[in-house]
Amino acid sequence: MSTTLLLAQLLNGLQYGVLLFLLAAGLTLVFGIMSFVNLAHGSLYMVGAYAGALSYDATGSFALALLAAMAAALVIGMLMELTIVSRLYRRDHLDHVLATFGLVMFFNELVRIIWGPQPLFVQVPEALGGTVKLLGLNYPAYRFAIIVVGLVVAVLAQLVIHKTRLGMLIRAGAQHPQMVSALGVNIGLLNAVLFGLGAMLAGLAGAMAGPVLSVQSGMGESVLIATLVVIVIGGVGSIKGALYASLIVGLVDTFGRVLLPVWLRQVAERSLADAAGPALASMSVYVLMALVLALRPQGLFPVRRN
Amino acid sequence: MNIEFQCRTAAALSLAMACATANAVTIGLVAPLSGPQALVGQDQVDGFQLAVEKLGGKLGGEPLTLLKEDDQLKPEVGQQIVRKLIDKDKADAIVGLSFSNVLMSSLPKLVEANVVAIATNAGPSPLAGAQCKANIFSVAWQNDGAAEAMGKFAQDKGLKRVYLMAPNYQAGKDMLAGFKRHFKGQVVDEVYTQVNQPDYSAEISQLQAAAPQAVFVFYPGGMGINFVKQMSQAGLMASIPLYSVFTVDGTTLPALRDAAVGAVSGAMYDAALDTPENKAFVAAFQARYKRVPSLYAATGYDAAQLLDMAIRKAGGDTKKLAAAVKAAGSEFKSVRGPFQFGKNNMPIQNFYAFETWRDAGKVSTRLIGTPLPQHVDPYAAQCALP
Amino acid sequence: MFPTSLRVSAALPLALLAALAVVPFVADMAGQPFWLSFFARILIYAIAASALNLALGFGGLVSFGHALFLGLGSYAVALPAAHGFAQGWLHLLVVLGGCGLVALLVGAVSLRTTGMAFIMITLAFAQMGYFLFVSLKAYGGDDGLAVSQTSRFFSVDLGAVRPLYVVAWLVLALVTWWMTHLRASAFGMALRGTRQNARRVQAMGMQPQQIKLVAYVLSGVMCGVAGMLLANMNAYVSPSTLAWTVSGDLIVMVVLGGMGSVYGPLLGALVFLGLEEVLKGYTEHWMVVMGPLIVLMALLGRGGLVGLMQRLDERMATALKTRMAGSSANLDTRAPVSATLPAQDKPGEAAWQPR
Repeated sequence: MSTTLLLAQLLNGLQYGVLLFLLAAGLTLVFGIMSFVNLAHGSLYMVGAYAGALSYDATGSFALALLAAMAAALVIGMLMELTIVSRLYRRDHLDHVLATFGLVMFFNELVRIIWGPQPLFVQVPEALGGTVKLLGLNYPAYRFAIIVVGLVVAVLAQLVIHKTRLGMLIRAGAQHPQMVSALGVNIGLLNAVLFGLGAMLAGLAGAMAGPVLSVQSGMGESVLIATLVVIVIGGVGSIKGALYASLIVGLVDTFGRVLLPVWLRQVAERSLADAAGPALASMSVYVLMALVLALRPQGLFPVRRN
Repeated sequence: MNIEFQCRTAAALSLAMACATANAVTIGLVAPLSGPQALVGQDQVDGFQLAVEKLGGKLGGEPLTLLKEDDQLKPEVGQQIVRKLIDKDKADAIVGLSFSNVLMSSLPKLVEANVVAIATNAGPSPLAGAQCKANIFSVAWQNDGAAEAMGKFAQDKGLKRVYLMAPNYQAGKDMLAGFKRHFKGQVVDEVYTQVNQPDYSAEISQLQAAAPQAVFVFYPGGMGINFVKQMSQAGLMASIPLYSVFTVDGTTLPALRDAAVGAVSGAMYDAALDTPENKAFVAAFQARYKRVPSLYAATGYDAAQLLDMAIRKAGGDTKKLAAAVKAAGSEFKSVRGPFQFGKNNMPIQNFYAFETWRDAGKVSTRLIGTPLPQHVDPYAAQCALP
Repeated sequence: MFPTSLRVSAALPLALLAALAVVPFVADMAGQPFWLSFFARILIYAIAASALNLALGFGGLVSFGHALFLGLGSYAVALPAAHGFAQGWLHLLVVLGGCGLVALLVGAVSLRTTGMAFIMITLAFAQMGYFLFVSLKAYGGDDGLAVSQTSRFFSVDLGAVRPLYVVAWLVLALVTWWMTHLRASAFGMALRGTRQNARRVQAMGMQPQQIKLVAYVLSGVMCGVAGMLLANMNAYVSPSTLAWTVSGDLIVMVVLGGMGSVYGPLLGALVFLGLEEVLKGYTEHWMVVMGPLIVLMALLGRGGLVGLMQRLDERMATALKTRMAGSSANLDTRAPVSATLPAQDKPGEAAWQPR
């Protein structure tokens, strides 16, 4: 592979990773701190994508669309939290899986009822619609935008968690919820705020993904599994872990897809390589996760717990 | 509507209620109404129902009981539904049958019960060849047809270096094989991607680096939207012509719009076809459903028309229905142009090449060629039917 | 007066099982062959759910990957059949061996983790299986594979619905009976102990990891047997059996019925699949109703249907006791209380003594 192509694939892996990070960041907080398995995170992503697509179509302003997406996801997320999620915090992971499984079904069908199964059209914003010449290859400018947004979110998240009072409460609530509650902090409200933050991040990810991916019912599923993989590899509850793990997963997935078929063709005959290559490439991320879990079950960058 | 509700309740409770008059026709319509391919299923149902409405809610002159079922694109569910339609609902015919995997899994039951089945979205090669059955028809296409048309089109255009891409499952492999049947130039590379993969940036970079004369892809449904959007954003649509099947069509174009301009697709139908039947169909569909019909809607519509004529021919005798359908195939006016059933019950029809272009600022399609007129599929010879 | 020894939680499931036994005859009389295949499917999923219940309900192992074993069991029939082998015993051997081996490997790796990580790693293995079968072009890949030769045991061909139904019912009855005994056996107690407090179990000299692994393997193999029956019923296998949504469905059935109970899986499968069928009859948008129902189920707490029945039993028992307490105040009442035997299961409590 030429250096140019290598560089391009590196960039591809990174931007895919950053897209995963936007989703993973919200989810890992909910998992790690509230220990809540939220399969419906993909549905919040879908809500954000739809809200973003519809408002962009209506107003023509992408910035407004992003805000609308975050707002919509926040509202739906808070509704979810108030009615269902808050009742399930103390329960087993199983009840979380069950409830959110039902929610996924509900939201997918609801979206289908309201907007039909046809995917929505989303325009790439004018300013970001061009390509950037990168050492002889055309690289979509929008992907750079995704990377920028992702990094901004990463930095902001770290700032909030480590430099603000809210962040301090979040970290304390993760380690010792009863103590925090005893000190007069409304832990129920804190959890709700946290869930809302996670929902907003999911909505932002959905709106950012709109121009690149198909906006349709069930779009959350394909990224949800990848997101869960990222969180588990990175370490549940750790934003830093989510960032590194999503970059790793993005790179492994990208390079797996381009390199494995090529390598296989060199060691096996063509038809076998053509069949096995993509299969192994699909499995590569899961194999990675299984390895990480087998060797270091708490993840690669776990949160320090007392 | 009220009677339908009563019948549905009775059906749910398995009560043998006399839901309709003695002469009524019961048709089961099986399609994927949920999941990533729901847009395909919805178009089929809408196309079929439009035709039924035009016929006054009757098929073959008889009042129609239409049972719509969602197979969720799962073979197991599809089989269950077909069993129910045959054993419980006593359907006279089953239409739709979703994608190839659902169709193939239901095949034994359909054959055993000898019920007329009309597939509107598939034509798998085993069914077209050695396993052809007298009561199973496809009113859509034989699976390889569209890809073969694109291969011929590329060959006729004099292209020498083409890059191939498809998802890594049976249909993907079949499409690329179909393309290569008529294309004799060099295949620069044959890339199989993960099913429902969201991000193609890695593959698109590879494609760019390979610099072929053109790229041929098969990415149905949401995959197609993802791929074409991303390829367009990489600025490749002008430099690497995109040839495709089932990727840029009536269902995906509304979500793609400008991104798809320049793409060439091979299909047996597009709303752009200039025949009087099609013009009427497109106008009616747009008026009723506020969108342009896709090839899936066309096959649904044709299936209803075909059944209407066949039921009249059979004169209410279900045993004669299969033969009637075969005969009606040559007589009914399809919206796609000339149509008849081959000896393996697969369609013999034109395969066209359509280009997506800007027509006075609006994104639309136009016909640019007919690479395979009156095409007989390559598996017909293996079929033992008379 | 009603017999106090009647407990709904025991009587109803047995009655249902008995009712299921006569479905073939009723279906014949009513001329509804569809019922046979419909209930056969329920039986098969009840077996799969029972298998999951062993790992999940008894052992507390939240496996999001049991669809893997269901699929493996199915393909264990289809693959030999594709090569011309129709002997049922061979199929069964492949199922037991294949699923057992895979369960051993998957379990050994997965059980190194707990909680969320365990859920994810079991999901990962199921996904790997899914992609593997999708890519096997020689065996149909995503299109699936027809089972050309269904399992034959002596003269019984499982490809026909009736023998399949009988066999499925027998297997379910056997599994249920076995689970009843397992629950109270030494192994079962130890397993349920590891779920509640693994450290204590270890302090008593047992090996919780080994116990869990054994449970997982047994669970996987049983699920594989359900897969074998499924392949025979449909005469078709496809990778969609290995989708993660199938694993989710199995978990729903187990929890709906009542996790850790013996009859829970049967009730769960019956209600889940039955509800699905009824809802489908009303609207094509049935999922918008099913989804919230599942959420409701999760909110209403564990115990599921069996728990509901047990609470009902307790209420009846307390109601009865208050009645008896009330009437025992009138000691000269010697009304012929026909069935009011103080048969309750609270040891140490004085029975009502007639004067």
